[in-house]
Amino acid sequence: MNAPAEARDHEHGLVDPELPLITTTVEKLIQWARRSAIWPAQFGLACCAIEMMSMATSRYDVARFGAEVFRGSPRQSDLMIVAGRLSRKMAPAMRRVYDQMPDPKWVISMGACASVGGVFDNYAIVQGVDQVVPVDVYVPGCPPRPESLIYGIVQLQQKIARSRA
Amino acid sequence: MDASSIIDTLTGVVPGTSYEAGKSVDFATLYVPANALVATCQALRDTPSLRFNVLLEVTAADYLPREPRFEVVYHLLSVPNRQRLRLKVRVASNEIDGAVPTVQSIWPAAGWPEREVWDMFGIVFAGHGDLRRLLMPEDWEGHPARKDYPVQIRKAAQTYEPLEVSEEEFRANIARDRMKRAH
Amino acid sequence: MTVNMGPQHPSTHGVLRLVLELDGETIKSCMPTIGYLHTGIEKTAEQKKWQQVVPLVERMDYLAAQSNSLAYVLCVEKLLGLEMPQRVKDIRVLLAELQRIASHLVWIGTHAMEIGAVSMLFYAIRERELLLNINELVAGFRFFPSYFRVGGLREDLPRGFHDAVNAFLDRFPAKIDEFEGLLTKNDIFNRRTRGVGVITQDEALAWGLVGPIARGSGSDYDVRKYFPYTGYESYDFNVPTATEGDVYARYRVRVEEMRQSVRIARQAVQRISPSGAWACDDPRVVPPPKDKVYTEMEALIQHFLIYSQGFTVPVGDAYVPIEGPRGEHGCYVVSDGTNRPWRVKMRPPSFMAIQALPKIIENGMIADVIAVIGSTDVVMGDCDR
Repeated sequence: MNAPAEARDHEHGLVDPELPLITTTVEKLIQWARRSAIWPAQFGLACCAIEMMSMATSRYDVARFGAEVFRGSPRQSDLMIVAGRLSRKMAPAMRRVYDQMPDPKWVISMGACASVGGVFDNYAIVQGVDQVVPVDVYVPGCPPRPESLIYGIVQLQQKIARSRA
Repeated sequence: MDASSIIDTLTGVVPGTSYEAGKSVDFATLYVPANALVATCQALRDTPSLRFNVLLEVTAADYLPREPRFEVVYHLLSVPNRQRLRLKVRVASNEIDGAVPTVQSIWPAAGWPEREVWDMFGIVFAGHGDLRRLLMPEDWEGHPARKDYPVQIRKAAQTYEPLEVSEEEFRANIARDRMKRAH
Repeated sequence: MTVNMGPQHPSTHGVLRLVLELDGETIKSCMPTIGYLHTGIEKTAEQKKWQQVVPLVERMDYLAAQSNSLAYVLCVEKLLGLEMPQRVKDIRVLLAELQRIASHLVWIGTHAMEIGAVSMLFYAIRERELLLNINELVAGFRFFPSYFRVGGLREDLPRGFHDAVNAFLDRFPAKIDEFEGLLTKNDIFNRRTRGVGVITQDEALAWGLVGPIARGSGSDYDVRKYFPYTGYESYDFNVPTATEGDVYARYRVRVEEMRQSVRIARQAVQRISPSGAWACDDPRVVPPPKDKVYTEMEALIQHFLIYSQGFTVPVGDAYVPIEGPRGEHGCYVVSDGTNRPWRVKMRPPSFMAIQALPKIIENGMIADVIAVIGSTDVVMGDCDR
């Protein structure tokens, strides 16, 4: 058996040259597990939902970042990507979906309409979903390219790595 | 077919009504008085030379501050005769409550567009039977597409929606389902 | 038993809420609730100038974005009385047909995925990426290019456009055969779609459903043939119809429409020269070329007036329908003579389809609801506006 070369793995602590072991803290391990397999709940509202679908399919393939399946039920997911414009009629339903998600949960606000109301500054659209749910990452664009959304998910993963479990 | 020939055909079938040809750049436009609307639409659908069998949409426009304030616009299509037609009904602001009859009995397609016109403008269609909010939330006040309604409003988003059934009803539902499945 | 489907549900094409009354698995009644995506676009459009309404209107039916803007632009041009050069008409036809293919690709991907053939979504979206590349080549933006403007187009076609379009058109018919090979004779797909959601031609027309739904029931009404616009009368194509009126018939109609769109697009791309006229000649509406703006005074003034206060449209109203991927997409515009619209109303085909949904699914099974909603190809952005 080859012993690993002496090196300091920046994520997981000191790698012991004698024994095949990696030492780390429980917190880092939990956060690594949480951020490497974030499963989004389907909450596509409008046009951004189509870009979210494009992100999940073969060209941009978000599965390689851990978001393997888009769960239909909010009770089995830990990320809610609010993709699209939130109308006032939909706001209570969205809050209810958010409340049904188990902890730990995160929210990405995708697109200009979800972040600040977008092009639609009028009576029917909530000017930013952060009036209804707490948002972790805002992704601008109308709609954002799938690469932008993947960048947003990577930023969220780094945020999870930095935070306390 | 232009507006005057349609008017000639209609005055033969629907007596006692005066139609007015409207100015338009695309196809024939007729102004119809509200009390003759249902008879006119029946004639338009059933007369063989007209055969307008598709109602494409019902919409309205608010011409504040002109009186009559509203105009309800119907777009019709005749597939066998390859014709289009626009009907307009003028509604004054003191007539919005039930002056215009519903044409649901002639084209079932009119149900939701008329509901939307009520929701957006406040024009009540007499005989409709199901005028509720369609696009706005059920408890919304005001009719947004009117010209005196603001475009932007600053209002907190409503995030709490009460469940619709009470506890007794919920238990009764479960008990009833349990008994049904037992058989 | 009462079941509430939605508004957040994987299979309802957006935010649609259906309250179903069930007796076992049979549907006794259905009450759809819409409005969860109402955006007030029509009221917002009254605050913008005529040219600024184009991006707003594109976001209504977000799968067929350029159909929306084509309907609006044709309507305003009718009020203005503008006549487009032939090259502009051909480019519009080409982009409209490519948009129809893109919309049908999303339809077939999601419809098949909901019925169970999950890999169809991946195949369809892969082809759609090529079309979005063409959009990006033309206007820099994948989804809502805002390339159609009142008065013509935004700018001339870029280099490489013909190659990209021809490459796509050469590749695509084989892909349609691949999709058909997966679905058309597939036993599961047939059993889930044949005889399901039947609507007759008279019922469809009485409920205002014109488009692939009526064509699946035997009508041959197609706006491109009955009331041609932007030069469609000079193109050679067929309008596919079917007679059974069920979900399978509508599937066959739309797949054949994709083939006919390829046919029209091939004719169009041969007629378009790589560079030439991209707008009409009206100086009130079309801005002058940039090199003139920097050197000539009149051009500078014209550019400034167009971009600061816009152009005015004569008093009147007009309704121009086009054949969108979902049916007859029309735009009704009322002008009061100023530089802003007085009223903009789009005729939404999905709205009429959802209104007729209780009629189509009554006495069916609950599993068929998904197949029927997929076959009516509703987009909630179009329905709620």
